[in-house]
Amino acid sequence: MLGNEAFARGAYEAGCKVSAAYPGTPSTEISENIVKYDEINSEWSPNEKVAMEVAIGASIIGVRALASMKHVGLNVAADPLFTASYIGVTGGLVIIVADDPGLYSSQNEQDTRAVARAAKIPVIEPADSNEAKEFTKFAFELSEKYDTPVIVRSTTRLSHSQGLVELNDRLEIEDKPYVRNAAKNVMMPGNAKNRHLAVESREIALINDSCDFPINTVEYNDRKIGVITSGIPYQYVKEALPEASVLKLGIVNPLPRKLIEEFASKVDKLYIVEELDPIIEEQVKSWGIKAVGKEILTVQGEYSANMLRRAIKGEEISVKAPTQVPNRPPILCPGCPHRSVFTVLKKLKLRAAGDIGCYTLGAVAPLSVVDTTICMGASISSLHGMEKARGKEYIKDWVAVIGDSTFLHTGVNSLMNMVYNKGTGTVLILDNSTTGMTGHQDHAATGRTLKGEATHMIDLEKLCLAIGVPNVYVINAFDTKKLEGTIKEAVAMDEIAVIIAQAPCALLDKSPISTQYVIDQDICRKCGQCMKPGCPAITKKENGDILINDTICNGCGLCATLCRFDSIKSVKLR
Amino acid sequence: METKNIMIVGVGGQGTLLTSRILGALTIQAGYDVKLSEVHGMAQRGGSVVTFVRYGDKVNEPIVEEGQADVLIAFEKLEALRYVHFLKANGAIVVNDQRIDPMPVVIGDAEYPPNILEELSKIHRVFKVNAIEEAKKLGNSRVFNVIVLGIAAQHMEFSKDEWLSVIEKTVPPKTIEINKKAFEVGYNL
Repeated sequence: MLGNEAFARGAYEAGCKVSAAYPGTPSTEISENIVKYDEINSEWSPNEKVAMEVAIGASIIGVRALASMKHVGLNVAADPLFTASYIGVTGGLVIIVADDPGLYSSQNEQDTRAVARAAKIPVIEPADSNEAKEFTKFAFELSEKYDTPVIVRSTTRLSHSQGLVELNDRLEIEDKPYVRNAAKNVMMPGNAKNRHLAVESREIALINDSCDFPINTVEYNDRKIGVITSGIPYQYVKEALPEASVLKLGIVNPLPRKLIEEFASKVDKLYIVEELDPIIEEQVKSWGIKAVGKEILTVQGEYSANMLRRAIKGEEISVKAPTQVPNRPPILCPGCPHRSVFTVLKKLKLRAAGDIGCYTLGAVAPLSVVDTTICMGASISSLHGMEKARGKEYIKDWVAVIGDSTFLHTGVNSLMNMVYNKGTGTVLILDNSTTGMTGHQDHAATGRTLKGEATHMIDLEKLCLAIGVPNVYVINAFDTKKLEGTIKEAVAMDEIAVIIAQAPCALLDKSPISTQYVIDQDICRKCGQCMKPGCPAITKKENGDILINDTICNGCGLCATLCRFDSIKSVKLR
Repeated sequence: METKNIMIVGVGGQGTLLTSRILGALTIQAGYDVKLSEVHGMAQRGGSVVTFVRYGDKVNEPIVEEGQADVLIAFEKLEALRYVHFLKANGAIVVNDQRIDPMPVVIGDAEYPPNILEELSKIHRVFKVNAIEEAKKLGNSRVFNVIVLGIAAQHMEFSKDEWLSVIEKTVPPKTIEINKKAFEVGYNL
């Protein structure tokens, strides 16, 4: 079972009844698996803050609830998170957060444990799929017992690895009665002051009690080397140092201090093996315990058994050097409507303030149109900041580029700001009717819920008009002529313009391809115009002939619209 | 049993995920402890993709490291070359004889290495197939990955029936028949 599938199963078995999330690699499949359980009311939220608040509401009235997100999603949800820590829970409240050491699909490598420490929320860390399930169940119990939200921390390697999982029945948990309690649930200063005291005593109780939690395990072997570790790095420790004594922490915030002190006193040399920041290490060292950690291990990327063999055992492992070969960076798919829009932007020599999604790949050659990528929704607001810094003339060769799902996530706030504060920027909403990068999840403008039910579909055009955007255009993303004309006009105007470039993601249509394109070599002048968008199907042979690969072409026809000699012809396949 | 390490590499969108899931389900069915590592998200968009399958009596680490792979299944030639240093000295490569130019090659910043299969054959046992052509004969070029898997299966310890029953449970229901046919093609090549 995939780690994320196991998290979902854990929530199910724990009697969880409400789940909310916004998709984000590597956490997305948690919700995609939870939806299989009819007993859980599960939904996609427009962003992580909303997801967190939905779960908090369910918890307040006595029902077990889950929110799941990726590490950067927790930043968006930080506001409710920090105060939920004060309010505590009625029904168990668990937040599964997936970090991404190695940045497989993220804009930074932050460590969720640091956020949890600041919010004073316990963190549980499983090391394989079976633990992902079991620890999630434990987290719900812990949450109710200590009156606190609990974070279960995953990483890409756990969320996207499969391992064996033993299934159990679902616990039938009775809803707890709601009792009005303003002192606990209304966080105004007078009440919050008292709740802060409760949070601090909870921390002290957890530091002591966690020493006896069954999710921590001690394996005494050879005592010359002792290792404190948790999560996926435990697997590397077992592989590289099978002879060592190991303290595997199931709870990593707050730390079970007595347990750690006892273990440290029984081994000759203590190592701390944790991916990303030295969260355990710095605390342990602050207690006066001698240990080795980031002096020999990195704060970046993923670990491996060989890395530990080298760093801890000093083993020289000779491996063949990799062959020097050309890189293969991710690219927009063949037939991707974003490619069409970026081709137009490139032709017009415009720069784009970018956002989070597949279209971030517009930064890569040969398109090289996207100049900035920060976080969800930042394209529109950062473009506005540029205008405020240098004036409206300065941004006439800039546009903001944002996807439909990202626009609804937090981009819409930025657009409200642009209208309110008299901006004049041009915003392109690349509307491909899905949340693309994370693997095609529905959102509030697709007309489908997570459960696949039909629902109200937010009309992006009407939404922009309602906010007060004076110029809103809806254009087929493959209509390059119309796009070109409209964008030119929009950037020249001293008013805000939103251009909604619509065409479904090329991967949404799974039916067999009916049309492809071929280049008539007799007409082709080999000018290379068709190669400018960087379509992976179009390649140049050594003799200069340009060919379209029929195993890759999906028939979007963008290349044919660019050819000035009409040498690219469509071929009906069926 | 000593842990067996299989790597499946290719270009995002070629179906490495599905193939590794078939293999993972097969080894679970055979009663092994199994760890399988996948790649999702941005890396899947036409980039270099690698998945690991490890099975044995007890498996800890979910990844395969340099010099540890018993079998390297490559859906594209350049990707075989990129990961060949992960193979054990006596490891085998099953490679689809297909060239997909990465963007640096398309835009002329880099050259696609010549004679990849010949170079690989000098150091390892290489089993090559033009799986796209074989798949086209079946009427669906997308199932080429299962043809490649069929060839790899010739060199593994599981019976044909075990493979076919797992394929039936793992692939989307509408594609069971074509995938089973594709497997047979590879298995009998």
